[in-house]
Amino acid sequence: MIQKTPLYQEHINLNGKMVEFASYMLPIQYTSIVEEHMAVRERVGIFDVSHMGEIIVEGEKAIDFLNSLICNSISKIQSSKIRYSLFINENGNIIDDFLIYCVSDTKLFLVVNAANKEKDYQWLLKNKIDGVTITDVSDEYGQIAIQGPLSKETMLKITTKDNLPEKYYTFIEKASVLNKTVLISKTGYTGEDGYEIYADANAIQEIFKKLIELNVTPCGLGCRDTLRLEASMPLYGHEMSDDISPLDTTLDNFYKTNKPYYIGKDKIKDRGLTRVGLFNTERGIIREHMEVYKNDELIGSTTSGTFLPYLRGSYAMAIIKKEFSNIDTIVDVKIRNKLVKAKVVSLPFYKREK
Amino acid sequence: MNDKIMYSDSHEWVKMINENEAYVGLSSYAAQQLGDIVYINIDAEEVDLKDVLGDIESVKAVSDFYSPLKGKVLEVNEEIIDNPALLNEDPENTWICKVGDIEDKVKLYTLEEYNKLLEA
Repeated sequence: MIQKTPLYQEHINLNGKMVEFASYMLPIQYTSIVEEHMAVRERVGIFDVSHMGEIIVEGEKAIDFLNSLICNSISKIQSSKIRYSLFINENGNIIDDFLIYCVSDTKLFLVVNAANKEKDYQWLLKNKIDGVTITDVSDEYGQIAIQGPLSKETMLKITTKDNLPEKYYTFIEKASVLNKTVLISKTGYTGEDGYEIYADANAIQEIFKKLIELNVTPCGLGCRDTLRLEASMPLYGHEMSDDISPLDTTLDNFYKTNKPYYIGKDKIKDRGLTRVGLFNTERGIIREHMEVYKNDELIGSTTSGTFLPYLRGSYAMAIIKKEFSNIDTIVDVKIRNKLVKAKVVSLPFYKREK
Repeated sequence: MNDKIMYSDSHEWVKMINENEAYVGLSSYAAQQLGDIVYINIDAEEVDLKDVLGDIESVKAVSDFYSPLKGKVLEVNEEIIDNPALLNEDPENTWICKVGDIEDKVKLYTLEEYNKLLEA
């Protein structure tokens, strides 16, 4: 069933070009991907990310339970902190990547990919232990992301300083914005400073409308993808999948070898692969699922790629054999039957100035 | 320029220069559908009707650019190679390539007819 987010009518009013994404109707763009992308890099933009799934894990053993399913550790997590993590399947590959918001010792709020929500929920249920309850609360929450260098000063027009989390990857569970109670985190998927707000449909609508009135640029899924790629953030279905392990895709920071146990740990294989950034030195645009060669040997394939609007060039991420992953290595990428020379460059492609 | 152009059902426009030569471009509708155009590659030299003249790439996707004419590619507009965004700004006044030795044309429509096709 195709669902509408609480902001569906706003998107229509703003001339959003609507597409189906993970069973939700969402705008791919309003005016232009490039314009929206640049608005986030240079000013501030707002995204409807209400399609994201939210699952609550509660109970005395909530932290221990979740800790047994993820490949990094939350045993020392404190309330109001957020941790990025992965579920690993029986084959040592990635089920999903998600955020864990620690509300309290006994309550964790998970934000998962829309397309994987059901898979994650079933995985949690399958491994559930006594003393833990798992609730899919996705339908109770809309979500918006306010991203860009002006995001803080913009938010201060609709709330006060004490309602905004200060540090990256922290949140305020009950913040007040326009007299609505919302959850605000300092998180995002664009490589810029910004906030994400979780609230009921009515609050999300009011805040969204107010921010549009304040000239915040509405931004679609199109630039969400180009922004995250420019910031070299992995995306499930591209750099991660049921067939890709955290080692293959170089999520080393989120993968603990010294953690005694978690489901899937002993199955994670070293396939000799790594994730790299590629810059196309020739003409044409490298996109996902293009083959990568070195000296006529197939060494991997691209996972995401397009023309990056801020860097103004054809960039891609690829999973390739480690021995060819040194920076400045020249590889060949097959763009529809034609080979172009691409250079291995360091990730992230783009990092904001602090 | 606009008043003399004719459209194909695959969203190119054709403007005849004389009996043998014509400019070929992309309709406003197609440019809008593609979104931000970032790269154009015209590599065909001789084309039959509906042959691929080259690729047009936007941030979103890549599309084939088909020839509404049978003939020879005489020239590619250098301006759009350097600045593909022109095709979003003013697509129907921005030619992509010049085709000569024209032997045949696909069915071409007036603006009014083309708009009707788009509505259908």
